[in-house]
Amino acid sequence: MNTSASSSAMHSLAKVSHPHASVTIYLPLKKGDREGFRASEPLLKTVDARLRLAACGLFALIVVGLTQIPALLTALALAGCAVLAARPELAPTLRCLAALDGFMLFILFFLPFTVPGEMVFSLNGTTASYEGVLQAVEILLKANAVVLMILALLGSLGSVELGHAMARLRLPVKFVQLFLFTVRYIEVLDREYRRLRTAMKARGFRLRCDLHTWRSVGYLFGMLLVRGIERAERILAAMRCRGFQGHFYPMTEAKPVDRRDYAFAGLSVAAACALIVLEYLHS
Amino acid sequence: MAHIPDGVLSAPVLVAGAALSLVGCAYGLQQLAAERIPQVALLSAVLFVAALVHFPVGPSSVHLMLNGLAGVLLGWAAFPAILVALLLQAVLFGFGGLVVLGVNAMNMALPAVLCRALFVALFRSGNRRRTIIAAGLAGGIGVMLTALLVALALALSGQEFVAAAKLIIFTHIPVAVIESIFSAAVIDLLLRVKPEFLNFTGMKEEYP
Repeated sequence: MNTSASSSAMHSLAKVSHPHASVTIYLPLKKGDREGFRASEPLLKTVDARLRLAACGLFALIVVGLTQIPALLTALALAGCAVLAARPELAPTLRCLAALDGFMLFILFFLPFTVPGEMVFSLNGTTASYEGVLQAVEILLKANAVVLMILALLGSLGSVELGHAMARLRLPVKFVQLFLFTVRYIEVLDREYRRLRTAMKARGFRLRCDLHTWRSVGYLFGMLLVRGIERAERILAAMRCRGFQGHFYPMTEAKPVDRRDYAFAGLSVAAACALIVLEYLHS
Repeated sequence: MAHIPDGVLSAPVLVAGAALSLVGCAYGLQQLAAERIPQVALLSAVLFVAALVHFPVGPSSVHLMLNGLAGVLLGWAAFPAILVALLLQAVLFGFGGLVVLGVNAMNMALPAVLCRALFVALFRSGNRRRTIIAAGLAGGIGVMLTALLVALALALSGQEFVAAAKLIIFTHIPVAVIESIFSAAVIDLLLRVKPEFLNFTGMKEEYP
């Protein structure tokens, strides 16, 4: 009778299949986890999470060390290709880049004027140097390439999978637990924050630039902290009840490394080598 | 504004920041009992959500950093907690980068630990006014110390960043003012509703 209603509700749910059972479990999508990514399987999604983490780290390390514009442009193009392969939704990705570039403009605005060198143009009597502009462009390319690669390889991963990948890469157990717990409670507390803000709004509260605003929002988060402390006590009691001894077991099984993973690893190493070669060719 | 993107800082600054962060996180994790993990995660989640609130200032808006408050509430556990928050912000919103993660974590966590020491030193149980002032100081000083460290990281990376570094310190002054009042209000409420959580009297020996 209500099939259409339930199927439309399913659209907002993520499908999770257990590897050893033919049961399909539906979990609600978490905010910021996968929401921005389309439902069909993009190319990158099936690649092992550890590999993606390692590849992203390698890429960032190499890009930060590059100095030649052609190599940096190639790096940006590579990051762009990775984004296309991960297929995120366009708007959130662009918003991320805009936030980044806001900060960058702030730093880079000064560079042409503070780096000594050949004059290109002058503004109010202060001269801008060619070297300064070049350095600004270099930084801009580096930062954008790394952020695009992070969004492509890790942003599509989902925070919980990222936590499990870190656990499998042998990062300290406590760090991974802290990460996973934090991911979980950000979502819970964000919902509680919105509820309290709605209550304040209903009483005519608006964010302004005054003491009253700052103190009221402080009280709001003080209240959230109090509830958080009490919630933590209950969680700890529940964990003790289940015999917690400092370990959790990741519920997602590591899938065996397959052809696609090898291909991805090979491609990453090749790309890294290409970037280094390009750097030396032009220097 | 405490997120320096990748590609700006020089290699020695990056290595030094990563090394200091690693030591701080290792010590913080070592001090962190497994049973305290849910509490630390919950408190840092509250601070993560609070840092997303944009307060209007003139035509623009600022958001809080809350590393001072994180230090007061978490102690040395602020180091791994801040690293977790920065990692999440990089992955979810594209703030900062990967290689600079160490420098960014150190810029925020070192002031946090110092603020904790300051707060514990000023704290007297039963003296509400004094505690609230200590919280306000911790909030404001946390922001300004972070701004100084960000500026220092930039200035050490190259003479050409000095102008931007100076401007960064100035732009953090309004944040520091708002954050010190915010932190004072938070601790005020905690003192009234859950005073047993802020019982540092037996802890002076533990913290330098």
